[in-house]
Amino acid sequence: MQLTINGTPHDIEIEPDTPLLWVLRDEIGLTGTKYGCGIAQCGACTVHVDGEARRSCQVQIGDLEGAEVTTIEGFGSPDKLSLVQQAWVDHQVAQCGYCQSGQVMQATALLELNDSPTDEDIDRVMSGNLCRCGTYPRIRAAIHDAAAKIKGA
Amino acid sequence: MGRARTIARRTFLIGSAAVAGGVAFGVYKVKTPHDNPLAEGLGEGEATFNPFVKITPEAITLITPHADIGQGVVHMQAALISEELDVEFGQFETDFGAPDPAYWNTALSAEAVPFASFDDSFGARTMRGAVDGMAKLMGLMGTGGSSSVPDQYEKLRAAGAVARETLKLAASQQSGVAVGELKTANGAVQLPDGSSLTYTDLAEAASGLDPVTDVTLRDPSTWRLIGKPMARKDIPAKTTGAQIYGIDLKIDGMVHASTRVSPRRGAMNGYEANGADTMPGVSSILPITGGVAVVANSTWRAMNAVNQIEFDWADAPYPAEQDAHWAEVAASFTEERLDKEWRADGDVDAAMDGAEVISSEYSAGYVAHQPLEPLNAIVRADENGAEVWTGHQLPRFLQQKVAAIVGCEPDDVVYHNQYSGGSFGHRLEWDNITQAAEIAVQMRGTPVKLTLSREEDFATDYPRQIGMSRSKGTVKDGKVDSWSLDIATVSATRSMSGRLGVPVPGPDTQIAAGAWAMAYGIPNLRVRAYAVPELAPTSSWRSVGASTAGFFAESFLDELIHAAGADQIEERMRLCNNDVHRKVLEAVAEMSNWGSAMGANKGRGVALVESFGVPVAQVIEVTNTDAGIKIDRVYVAADVGRVIDPVNFENLVQGGVVWALGHAINSEITYSDGMAEQTNYHASEGMRMYQTPEIIVKGLENAEKIRGIGEPPVPAAPPALANAIFAATGQRIREMPFNKHIDFV
Repeated sequence: MQLTINGTPHDIEIEPDTPLLWVLRDEIGLTGTKYGCGIAQCGACTVHVDGEARRSCQVQIGDLEGAEVTTIEGFGSPDKLSLVQQAWVDHQVAQCGYCQSGQVMQATALLELNDSPTDEDIDRVMSGNLCRCGTYPRIRAAIHDAAAKIKGA
Repeated sequence: MGRARTIARRTFLIGSAAVAGGVAFGVYKVKTPHDNPLAEGLGEGEATFNPFVKITPEAITLITPHADIGQGVVHMQAALISEELDVEFGQFETDFGAPDPAYWNTALSAEAVPFASFDDSFGARTMRGAVDGMAKLMGLMGTGGSSSVPDQYEKLRAAGAVARETLKLAASQQSGVAVGELKTANGAVQLPDGSSLTYTDLAEAASGLDPVTDVTLRDPSTWRLIGKPMARKDIPAKTTGAQIYGIDLKIDGMVHASTRVSPRRGAMNGYEANGADTMPGVSSILPITGGVAVVANSTWRAMNAVNQIEFDWADAPYPAEQDAHWAEVAASFTEERLDKEWRADGDVDAAMDGAEVISSEYSAGYVAHQPLEPLNAIVRADENGAEVWTGHQLPRFLQQKVAAIVGCEPDDVVYHNQYSGGSFGHRLEWDNITQAAEIAVQMRGTPVKLTLSREEDFATDYPRQIGMSRSKGTVKDGKVDSWSLDIATVSATRSMSGRLGVPVPGPDTQIAAGAWAMAYGIPNLRVRAYAVPELAPTSSWRSVGASTAGFFAESFLDELIHAAGADQIEERMRLCNNDVHRKVLEAVAEMSNWGSAMGANKGRGVALVESFGVPVAQVIEVTNTDAGIKIDRVYVAADVGRVIDPVNFENLVQGGVVWALGHAINSEITYSDGMAEQTNYHASEGMRMYQTPEIIVKGLENAEKIRGIGEPPVPAAPPALANAIFAATGQRIREMPFNKHIDFV
């Protein structure tokens, strides 16, 4: 199986029904993508497949021939934050932080399609991402802030 | 080592430290302090001043022993040390440290004794002293009960000050400049001529000195960090996927395991492998207590194989069906099951005699913890010891649990605590760790990484206590006159302590927590707690007893005040007999513009509940829409005595409100056929973005003692919501979760 992950080509030989989530975590060692529920109920495993936000626990590796996958690690690092990640840090969003990879990936996908999301847009797109610590008010504020910066950029 | 050991013994004598304002560190002035664990293995030229600060020629390390389960406690602990040590974030590393009695928790007594938090009587102080003494003797190291800030607030500043003054002494000896002319900043001692000596450069000289323990803590007016908005050090890593949690760790040579144990929390009669043992990557199926583990070469393959196995489980040790659990709770309001009569003000029976009595029954079911990081642990058992990697809140008990399985001494269990993806009480339990150890002893030398599937985590969660209340009360002349509040729940405290192997004597302070010590001077008030015998095993759930008792109490008080025809906040303020509590009520009244017109289909509710010494008042505003109840806004005022970081404080309060409201609306664990019926987040959802209200937070600092804020925001939210729903609709909700009775948007 040949696909690109964060710009790097990978040739992966594994059972084709293996979820992308577990290929990323156990085979490639990209652990920023989190296992939370395994049934697309929490959003912690959100990645971008060909530019679209997907739950990697529901994407079989066998369906990804030639695909371009971007994970949270592909968007930035503590020393080089993406614009969305910077908004997350500015608003001090994370508590335990375990859901935040998925939140950032989902928000990034939202902002790529819509640089002026309303609260209703945010509710619609972000409600599949569970945060047990309850950081939603700060996530909302960070998305609005990131949107303002995108428009100002 | 002899020298280092001598230093170590002396270092904890920070009892001689003077505090600004003249308060001495009585509690630390101990005759036989625990040794400083950092003295062990200290290299040449490396210095330690106390169990919290270590400086080598290369690096400054601050030990932050409290477990970080998302509450930001690593940052908080580092900030307290830095405030006095004058090091900046970025100049030091933090480390959870090894489990050690030196890190005993000096603040666990707050809710462990049957006295109100604001009771400063001789009896209350004596009991707290006894519990604190026991914690010291046992070296009881633990994170929980919102105790991290009270535990560390003075201790870590003193640790920073002792280290700073010792470094200044070393600089003085090296430079010939008197200590009094030296200043410190940015991890260095500054000389009058403008030059500076870094702490790391001074490490070798300082290592030969006896720590300077005659220090004075700085006056709060001079603080650089405490009380000002901070930027948590862990947040950039947590925003970029760079933070490594226990579930992300990789140890060379490790194998992956997944388990299935009885969802009826009993024995396994047997199993059929059903081909699981020959699935790709699977190396073995191993017996563990109550079930099996599959060992494989990846997490996914191990989980898949577990799902292939067919099991035969023995019956549950508790009633198989939920109705029987409720029946047992309802049958517990008896003399034999009376755990304690906590309050007997006035004469309730006489007050009700001949009066019109209002009565109501409330109930709250089991609720799962389910932090987002599924439970996991890595254990490698060797011939004479073990090594463990996982996030946990009771490190020294963890050593005992693993040692018992491995067959070694607790000190031979090396434990590496990890940042945790949440807890809410879940990481006070043991099964993931003991299971990993049971697997590891069957393959000594090989590190075993156990990862629970979400379904296994749900099935084996120890949920919040189930309980009910029965209230009766009367009103007179527009005022609340009498109230008899009876609460019956299973004892999560005893359930937990049974698994811990440490019995807790006396009444369970948690059954009526948040209710019995209510700061209301109602003329006739009786509060009785009844202990329901163990049903499904339960455990501490964020805010513990107050999460149920607070709902029972403040909802019924709302009924009484409504019957009296009084204003809900005015009557609470009239009844309130504690200034600190009254001020949080006043604050939310002002914040919410209480009493102002709201428009059709809207309502406000208020509640005041104390949790772990912190009074929290909340006003919630709702709208009754065609699609159901919409929670518009929550105003919260909480008094912790001193807010360490207003940003993190606000985040934790908002999160606590979201936690409380989400579960109050829609979450419950029910049992059928002896098993929890809810298997994943689709059936036990909590709150999501679209339901989240605006949450406006105010931290007050009127209380005398400093407190933590992890749990206290939880208990007042559900009753404030139920009271708001009543105000908007006239419908009184008396059972959690509320969506059994009313729809939400």
